[in-house]
Amino acid sequence: MTLAALIFALVAAVILGGAVAAMAFRNLVHSALALAVSLAGLAAGYLSLHAQFVGFAQILVYVGAVAILILFAILLTRGDEPGGQALFSPGFLTGAGIALAVFAVLARVILASRLVSAEIPLAPAPSVREIGQRMMSEDALPLEVIGLLLTVALIGAAILALREKPPG
Amino acid sequence: MPTLHCYLLLAALLFAIGLAGALTRRNAILVLIGIELMLNAANLNFIAFWRFGPHPEVLTGVLFVIFAIAVAAAEAAVGLALIIAIHRHYKTAHVDQMDALRG
Repeated sequence: MTLAALIFALVAAVILGGAVAAMAFRNLVHSALALAVSLAGLAAGYLSLHAQFVGFAQILVYVGAVAILILFAILLTRGDEPGGQALFSPGFLTGAGIALAVFAVLARVILASRLVSAEIPLAPAPSVREIGQRMMSEDALPLEVIGLLLTVALIGAAILALREKPPG
Repeated sequence: MPTLHCYLLLAALLFAIGLAGALTRRNAILVLIGIELMLNAANLNFIAFWRFGPHPEVLTGVLFVIFAIAVAAAEAAVGLALIIAIHRHYKTAHVDQMDALRG
């Protein structure tokens, strides 16, 4: 087994193990921490695919912000949980069956298609400077829209979670 | 060297796991975690196609994923704020009990 295949197997194991754990644990906090592990594994995957900026952005945003945000939300909605919740709820077989069917369709399509040609392009080396220049010239519109979206989301989330003053 | 198929299958499997969790778990926050896993599977797909595609120097895949990460973070924040607001009203985060549109 080559080193690249070994690294891929390790990263895939971390990603899938973390994902299964995130969806299967009964304790919410354990589930959120497993999600953080899975996201970190994904960042390692991005690094192995030579998308270094995306890998670090994944750590910063997903592991550093979204996972922590989920933990805070678990903290703020915890008080009334009797303690964990059943994994095999009544709809378990239906949900798992649907997910299995989706995966079967996707896997069939992936394995049956003649994708891009056999030669793998040379490993790209995108510098952050190039990404920044693209973002400021050709992709300036999506950048501004994302800025607007993040502002709106910030304000909206703050208003939604704000404790309302009782009338009078 | 793992091929494109390997990464696409990994992304499909991650998507299926996130979908199974989002469909079966009864806590709203766990549904959101499942949705985040699905979004990450799509991002992995984009990066894999960018890496193994014919023109990786064009950077389109990388930029799309950067924007997708930003959008997913904003959506997670708003979704969790919604869950907190609903919890304040229903005193639970169990999706089976959020069954009325007006409070």
